[in-house]
Amino acid sequence: MDDLVAAVLQGSVKAMARLITLVENEDARALQIMGAIYPHTGNAYVLGITGSPGTGKSTLTDKITSILREREQTVGVIAVDPSSPFTGGALLGDRIRMQRSSGDAEVFIRSMATRGTLGGLARTTNDVVKIMDAFGKNWVIVETVGVGQDEVEIAKTADTTIVVLAPGLGDTIQSMKAGVMEIADLYVVNKADRSGADELVNEVTFRVEQDAHIRKAVWKPPVVKTIALENQGTNSLMEAIEEHRSFLRQSGKLRKNRREKTRQETLALLREEISRNVLERVLGNGRFDALIDDIVAHKKDPYTSVQEIVRTIFPEE
Amino acid sequence: MTAKKRVKIIMAKPGLDGHDRGAKLLARVFAEAGMEVVYTGLRQTPEMIVDAALQEDADVVGLSSLSGVHNYFFPRVVQLLKEKGLDDVLVVGGGIIPEEDVAELKKAGVAAIFGPGTRTDDIIKFIEDNVSRS
Repeated sequence: MDDLVAAVLQGSVKAMARLITLVENEDARALQIMGAIYPHTGNAYVLGITGSPGTGKSTLTDKITSILREREQTVGVIAVDPSSPFTGGALLGDRIRMQRSSGDAEVFIRSMATRGTLGGLARTTNDVVKIMDAFGKNWVIVETVGVGQDEVEIAKTADTTIVVLAPGLGDTIQSMKAGVMEIADLYVVNKADRSGADELVNEVTFRVEQDAHIRKAVWKPPVVKTIALENQGTNSLMEAIEEHRSFLRQSGKLRKNRREKTRQETLALLREEISRNVLERVLGNGRFDALIDDIVAHKKDPYTSVQEIVRTIFPEE
Repeated sequence: MTAKKRVKIIMAKPGLDGHDRGAKLLARVFAEAGMEVVYTGLRQTPEMIVDAALQEDADVVGLSSLSGVHNYFFPRVVQLLKEKGLDDVLVVGGGIIPEEDVAELKKAGVAAIFGPGTRTDDIIKFIEDNVSRS
């Protein structure tokens, strides 16, 4: 395993691909692997791209990747698509739109299935970002599954989050709602040659204006119009990304945001570790099933029982 | 659904033929069978296919050809995989492949050729039986 990590740090693409699989499969060695990877992270800039299915996330990812490559930046792409809740299988189709980037040795594209995780990302997407970062990619672009309204995990992963919209998917009220519409550092109205594009730009701009009245914020998300397929507006989009990046750096928010992300991540790891430990002990002795029988028979209640269990494991001092 | 090893398969159409109905159907069939299918689409060069297999850490590469280019493309994919150290990737092919070409393709390292009329269950079973996973 140490060899694999060393090979990744030395730039072996094959080793990186393998390591990602181990982490994705939540292999027993995954924690140890990530522990070895972590010291080498923190250099890549992470861009998140989210939006409804069919708005053009993959095509935009491809175009942004091309622009970054022209600037001699190396790029890692993580493209997330949903797993079937019934079979666990997945059809991962984002590579189709990323043809221009494939074949470029400095671009590494990895498709990930959500494997039952809600929120727009796979459970281990964050770790895969770190692996690409440690490998030395300058930029990591994370494309979420096609999201609806409530999938906001990407904002916890990315430095800059882009919400991609396309005309024809709803009225003004949709753009006023909470959730995905709140996490944008940057809005893109793609397919801007379609009818309704200008109205959508107006609606979103209106929302941004409203937000400025409703809450104090120092960054006002720009709304960029693109026709990704024809490469129109993509340079302006890149400029807007760079602007947000400079803003984060100069205002000290990049460091602040990353600290908060680290805090959340560490908390999540702690929660997982505690629950794994506790569950092992609780479920290990067979008494849990007996307890369930009692609860079903209404001899006990689940609320008090849970408190009792936790108290036996962590006795109060 | 907890995380566990899943068969990851690249479905690709090498060359210029534009008939992808079969490849798309199989992509869905494999996903229904619980595999993670990376569909790369039409007009793939062997280099693109092998790059995808490398980056995705694929277990299987499925090639579909209906235009008669299999004798060049299929062995070329196998060869490039070997050059990248991906010897353990299972390569299977399908489409319109004349019977007399099959032996040669197998000699070149294509594990199986599935022609029209093959039961999809048989393809799934073949993949599950033959996929190698370290």
